[in-house]
Amino acid sequence: MLQIEQSAARSLQPRTGAAKAAPVLVVSGLAMSFGNARVLDGIDLTVDAGSAVALIGANGAGKSTLLKCLVRLVEPCAGQIVLLGETVTGLRGPALRRFRSRVGVVWQKHNLVPRMSAHSNVIHGVQARESGPRTWLQCLAREEVRDEAYACLEAVGLGPQARQRADSLSGGQSQRVAIARMLMQRPELVLADEPDASLDPQVGEEVMELLYGLTKKKGLTLLVISHRLEHTVRFSDRIVGLGDGRITLDRSSRTADPDELRNFFSVRRS
Amino acid sequence: MTARVAGAPVQVPRFERLSAIEYIAWLLALALVVWSFGAAAPPLDGVMKGLQRLFAPSGLIMQMFPPDLTRLDRVLWKLMETLQMAVAGCALGLVLALPLAILASDGLSPHPVVRILSRGLIAIFRTVPDLVWAIVFIIVVGLGPAAGVLAIMVDKIGFAGRFFAEAMEETDKGPREALAAIGATRLGIIFSAVIPAAMPSFMATSLFSLEKAVRGSIALGLVGAGGIGVDLKVAFDLFDYDQAATIIILILLLVLAVEQASGWVRRKLI
Repeated sequence: MLQIEQSAARSLQPRTGAAKAAPVLVVSGLAMSFGNARVLDGIDLTVDAGSAVALIGANGAGKSTLLKCLVRLVEPCAGQIVLLGETVTGLRGPALRRFRSRVGVVWQKHNLVPRMSAHSNVIHGVQARESGPRTWLQCLAREEVRDEAYACLEAVGLGPQARQRADSLSGGQSQRVAIARMLMQRPELVLADEPDASLDPQVGEEVMELLYGLTKKKGLTLLVISHRLEHTVRFSDRIVGLGDGRITLDRSSRTADPDELRNFFSVRRS
Repeated sequence: MTARVAGAPVQVPRFERLSAIEYIAWLLALALVVWSFGAAAPPLDGVMKGLQRLFAPSGLIMQMFPPDLTRLDRVLWKLMETLQMAVAGCALGLVLALPLAILASDGLSPHPVVRILSRGLIAIFRTVPDLVWAIVFIIVVGLGPAAGVLAIMVDKIGFAGRFFAEAMEETDKGPREALAAIGATRLGIIFSAVIPAAMPSFMATSLFSLEKAVRGSIALGLVGAGGIGVDLKVAFDLFDYDQAATIIILILLLVLAVEQASGWVRRKLI
């Protein structure tokens, strides 16, 4: 039990100590096009360490594209991204892999391996810092890794479901396992792309509450996209709005005007 | 727009009109079938006469019964050898098919040239008949079951390699992207996300391979590559039709047993 608690404590710590309030993300002049369609058009954004920033915008405003650009799952056309002290736009091969391992991503779709247990899926998170057969399956994993993965599952309230297959879990439980996998990664920054989408309102709120609570508890920086106004206000410190590929709103969550925010939740007509 | 009068015939044609190209395609297909029958179909009177000869008092069928059980122990031993050849060749083929299938898979192969070469190799293994491989390996290792095992192995690399590659390509891309986003290695992604997701298809292909190998291993004996096929050929060459009947009945029982067992395993595992 003590070992599990120690593992949990380890996964609560960022791998390197980022100085508080220093910017962990500096985006300047970021542009991205799909064919002739300009999705991002000169984005400038700075995010301080330990803060929770909600990214809002109508469908097709470029929120998910921005998030994917940050970890280079989508290649930007122009601009510079400095994330966790590294110029992301210049990274290649193993350097890019090492950088990605420092950033936890929670997707709208949980992206778990369906036939494997929740425990095995969480153990996959260790591939951010280790490789080899002992990271592929829970039965091959080192004892410390197994304990840490179990502690991560307990942190999201799913300890008893550790042996359950991922495809037998509910949508909310699957998203929690995805969060546990992200914790297993021991990230320094968390990107979340609509983790509350496709979940019923109550479960979506629980997932957002869990994600926000855990990142705050661990002192991690969170950049989250949500299409629910109440979640955006409740689970962030700062709200950044995207419109026509640019940042058109930047407010503290406490002072944001709900009517003003509501404009960012409509469907874009183009 | 006019509303349909109740009881009036439905104004939707039962068959869609064919275009000129579609007409020509159908006519060509019909011509091909007629042409093939004209060239290769057996004459009906010839078939009837042949059947009469087959079931005549001095015909093949009557000479086969009762089956000769005097050499049952040797036949059973050779049947076991046939099964061993099939299992060994199939196991070797499946093990070697997996890495080749990974190299041949779109999205998993390290380089397009490697993918094209691997696909080419799989195509060669698949298209050359196993009897030809058996003759090749008889030249390499001499007469006997070793040549049969190698022939089955190569045939199964071709058969399973193609289906393994297709199964891996069809798996959900989400879990792969999730692991790529945390910096997992290519091997880590393949063994953690792709292979577990493709496992039901792998199991089905492997069991079909085993069934195919058992049936194929009997024919391999006809060219001298070991197994009970050799005894079957000798029995026919020496006009020992009652001995041949024993062998055929035992082959039938073996194939049925393997098919039943593989069907049962398939239902249990998939």
